[in-house]
Amino acid sequence: MTIHEVLEPRPVDPALGGIIKLAVLAVGGQGGGVLTGWIEALARANGYACQATSVAGVAQRTGATVYYVEMSPQTDKMPIFSLMPAAGDVDILIAAEMMEAGRSIIRGFVTPDRTTLIASTHRALAVSEKMVPGDGIASSAEVIAAAEVASRRFIAADFDAVAVGVGSVISATLFGALAASEALPFSRVAYEQAIRAGGKGVEPSLRAFAAGYEAALAGGEPPQAMGAAVPPQDQMPRGPQRLVQDWQGLCARAAALPAPAVDMALAGLRKVVEFQDTAYGQLYLERLEAVAARDRAPFDLTREGAKYIANAMAYDDVIRVADLKTRGSRFVRIRGEMGVKDGNVMQVTEFMHPRAEEIAGMLPARLGARIEADPKWMARLDRWFNKGRRLRTDGLVAYATLYVLGGLKRWRLRSLRHSHEVAHLEAWLTRAVGHLDRDYALSVEVIRCRRLVKGYSDTHARGLSKFDRVLAGIELVAGRDDAADWARRLREAALMDEEGKALDGALATIRSFA
Amino acid sequence: MAERSFKAEVEDLRKGEGDTFTGEGILAITKALLENGVGYVGGYQGAPISHLMDVLADAQDLLGELGVRFEANANEAAAAAMLAASVHYPIRGAVTFKGPVGVNVASDALANLASSGVTGGALIVLGEDYGEGSSIMQERSHAFAMKSQFWLLDPRPNLPSIVKAVGDGFALSEASNSPVMLTMRIRSCHVTGSFATRNNVAPPLSVRDALSNPRSDFARVVLPPMSYVHEQDKVKNRWPAAEKFIQGNRLNEMFGTGGRIGIVCQGGMYNGVIRALQRLGLADIYGETQIPIYCLNVTYPLIAKEFLCFAEGKGSILVVEEGQPEFIEQTLSTYLYRAGASVKLYGKGVFPMAGEYTGAVMLEAVEGFLRAAAPEMLPAAVRAPNQDRPAIPDLTKAVPIRPPGFCTGCPERPIFAAMKLVQQDLGKHQISADIGCHLFGSLPPFEIGGATMGYGLGPAGNGAFDGGGEKRPISIIGDGGFWHSGLSSSMTNMVFNKSDGVVMVVDNYYSAATGGQDVMSSRAENATKATNHPISQAMKGIGINWVRQVDRTYDVPQLRKILHEALTTKEEGPKVIIASSECMLNKQRREKPLRAAAIKEGRRVEAPRFGVDEAICTGDHACIRLSGCPSLSLKRLDDPLRDDPVASIDQSCVGCGNCGEVADAAVLCPSFYRADVVHNPGRFEAWWAQKRAQAIAWLVARRAAKRLEFSA
Repeated sequence: MTIHEVLEPRPVDPALGGIIKLAVLAVGGQGGGVLTGWIEALARANGYACQATSVAGVAQRTGATVYYVEMSPQTDKMPIFSLMPAAGDVDILIAAEMMEAGRSIIRGFVTPDRTTLIASTHRALAVSEKMVPGDGIASSAEVIAAAEVASRRFIAADFDAVAVGVGSVISATLFGALAASEALPFSRVAYEQAIRAGGKGVEPSLRAFAAGYEAALAGGEPPQAMGAAVPPQDQMPRGPQRLVQDWQGLCARAAALPAPAVDMALAGLRKVVEFQDTAYGQLYLERLEAVAARDRAPFDLTREGAKYIANAMAYDDVIRVADLKTRGSRFVRIRGEMGVKDGNVMQVTEFMHPRAEEIAGMLPARLGARIEADPKWMARLDRWFNKGRRLRTDGLVAYATLYVLGGLKRWRLRSLRHSHEVAHLEAWLTRAVGHLDRDYALSVEVIRCRRLVKGYSDTHARGLSKFDRVLAGIELVAGRDDAADWARRLREAALMDEEGKALDGALATIRSFA
Repeated sequence: MAERSFKAEVEDLRKGEGDTFTGEGILAITKALLENGVGYVGGYQGAPISHLMDVLADAQDLLGELGVRFEANANEAAAAAMLAASVHYPIRGAVTFKGPVGVNVASDALANLASSGVTGGALIVLGEDYGEGSSIMQERSHAFAMKSQFWLLDPRPNLPSIVKAVGDGFALSEASNSPVMLTMRIRSCHVTGSFATRNNVAPPLSVRDALSNPRSDFARVVLPPMSYVHEQDKVKNRWPAAEKFIQGNRLNEMFGTGGRIGIVCQGGMYNGVIRALQRLGLADIYGETQIPIYCLNVTYPLIAKEFLCFAEGKGSILVVEEGQPEFIEQTLSTYLYRAGASVKLYGKGVFPMAGEYTGAVMLEAVEGFLRAAAPEMLPAAVRAPNQDRPAIPDLTKAVPIRPPGFCTGCPERPIFAAMKLVQQDLGKHQISADIGCHLFGSLPPFEIGGATMGYGLGPAGNGAFDGGGEKRPISIIGDGGFWHSGLSSSMTNMVFNKSDGVVMVVDNYYSAATGGQDVMSSRAENATKATNHPISQAMKGIGINWVRQVDRTYDVPQLRKILHEALTTKEEGPKVIIASSECMLNKQRREKPLRAAAIKEGRRVEAPRFGVDEAICTGDHACIRLSGCPSLSLKRLDDPLRDDPVASIDQSCVGCGNCGEVADAAVLCPSFYRADVVHNPGRFEAWWAQKRAQAIAWLVARRAAKRLEFSA
């Protein structure tokens, strides 16, 4: 909670003393109407004249919406209230989502001379943020920083998580936060009375109200931007003694890598060992050590190599998916997420859609390659296998099928898919390291381009094609002083949209001068 | 069944003398209609007056008791046409729809009604969908009143004023034999407040009685030479009668006195004007103003005498008229000019020509007016602002836009996913969109449909392409639009012109965008309306043979196959796909409480929800580009090896199935799973589940014993 003590509250507008103006900015479907209803009932029950307005209708469906309340002590004359919030003239602003807090600041509803801003720090991502193939999530930190400056008081907490935690919805926790802010001249009991008077879902709402109240008071903890990365802790795996020893040996070997790369290498090591086995972990370290041997301080190349070599080696094939889907920990996790109680039964359905490519990929490399090159065979495989399959992994048949598939790890290293992946990895690594002597930064950027390869089937193919086009673009700029910068731009452009329009644009720019 | 039930509020409509009503503006209007002896009511839903239709529908018992007929009209034209009952019979009638789009549709009937003239009071309650929260083009309905000469009320936005306007409207209509339109802005429809109620009054002559004593008079028919007489009658008799009534009953209000400047405002703008004056220290919170205000609760016709009287002795007047063109300001200018007055008129100029008069706009304009016309009245702080304010960072780039979109679990989402997939196969097509929730399909992530020409006009919007070409044109129409006007304007148009195009009928069982009102093809049983008339039968009836009915829109592969077939089949003539699944918003509202009750009572209930295996999701977000569902979002993992956030489904998921279907149809990835939690399973079911779990646990342990396992 921040209070701008330095800033004198702006003298209330000469003739406006006594009207309290409160706006709620919410995302359609968050229950902004319920919250507004409570505030209205609260005001009326406590001797205030009150008016609320809202905007209902289709424009509200999941979009940004504004509710507005004005109140003043009841007298025998009716005050003239405004129907919508005005920039610079809002006393209390409740934002039911972080970007809506940002929007309220943009619209001028939050001003340092008067506005108490109560905001939930959680994010309901907009479609534009979610649909980019890369990371398009807007920065909450930027909004939080602006809110500190823009508001007179800033009360922030993840009121959505608090509500979910007590089995209710955000409208009730925000109502609790409003009570805690003491921005309205009503007692906590009066608030609770308003919830009771509402008559619907009273108990859960009261619980959430109390939780929101506490969360607002405890608001001292700095609001965190969503999902800040936490470094992984050293974890000792469980398993046969011999394998645990192997693991320890690998860890010791990874620890000998250049210091800046060690954490990443350990994470990568775990990933490849989980993917295959300790011998595969050894191969990973060998590859990484070969990079490290040619690297120099600050060892960016080794660190980035540790990350992307692991990702490349732990590719997403049928065996990996089947293995992950049949782990015991998975069912425990799902039961927790779905809130399955004792006495309930949980059924789990998987959505698989194998294509001929996946089947051919699982065959021994030479046979697989022959079949892959033969359209007739591929058509036949498609006919046999290419079909959406719904597997009930709580059932024995589907579970056993995936279990067997997930156990084909030894087979994997001889498969066509593996040979494809190895070839791709080697070519990429060679290319990256090839730039090392002339342009260190470019070498690192090439390593990072592996980020483009992700997804399954068509998505995977599209990723590979983007990867190829970016690397081809990089060839055009290699040797220039700003080559690494261009490489980064190309990669970022490739992650901006599905079809690669931004990438095409960036490539066209490069061709215009290269 | 409408999205929102007003059963509880309807009880308030029974209040009588001495009671106080507290609630929303739109409900206050309903109450006022009953207090004023209305004989029949009707209309067509649409924001911001949808709730008026919902309240009327929920109040049918009460309406029945009073002998008031309620008609849920097929469209706005039908609603306006219904006012024909007031042409010959002294019965008060009221209809409601949104403006200006509803008035567009109704304008044929309104023009005829205005020409014929009315005997009983005819009131149109118009929800003017303008400004923030609007979902339509930004226009004014004002021009319709001017062209057809019916009168326009624009009351101050508080419940007593709105209620009074209803009574005034009926009386004005009867006094001037003209229809009257009562304009309500979005926020005044939903403004809350109180007013003192009066007893409901049954209509002196009910529509049933009228049927027993039919009347007609060819002088009322719009045919020459009577139509010429009507025009003269409007100008020579009805208009002056209206002016006389408006002036005599002081429908327009004056606030404050004296001074050499003044403000003329539309009634709906009054609160905004007062707020600006309050902020400038020129009015108190009860509206005591230092600058006289002439408040136009009637914005058409304008009363020259009244205005000139207000203008007398003033040097400058500000006209507060929202929207464009500035009809009122132009008329007032003419009055001043004709009167040879030298008053300076301010309006557009200090106000922006276009856009809503928000608090900020209003304050700036009033301040600007005062600065020019009477700077001495401005408070010192405004005249010389010198307060240092911290610079607030610009967030316009940081904050993403949030347009409306499909709700969680919406059955229309998979339709657009299928269309997007088909376009990926067959290339981009010419697609004409319609009005309804399905118009969200034109936004990302689907971006399907380039233009929309009006409600029920999606297929008609492809008329130019009916001749065919290499690729077939596609159009979209909802069940709401279909019954509103689409059957004739769009579908028969296609058949008659031998169109080769494809129509996707998005049938969600309701007029969903307007709040879930029943339509002809709704599957619910409705006590007072005939439902369950399938669209497919209507199609057969007008000679469309290629019709495919899909009763589960979530079946994306199936929809994709059918659409593919429609676009490639050799068969000639219109091809219609009817994709039907119930609006999820309505379905959840209905079923959620039932489900909770069933679980409580110990009955077996399956509750589906989707999830994503984080380790399998690679963070490409291809699934989101085929969904956009609010419950399908992203989450950043605490894994340094991962760059991009992965898909994640929150607990608001209703288990509609789109995620799984799309993952299958588009061959996306195996990350999705559906978990069905079975509450109160049968004894055998529970036993068998336990046995299966034991077997699986054994297999899990067997593998764990042979390899390294890391804790999650």
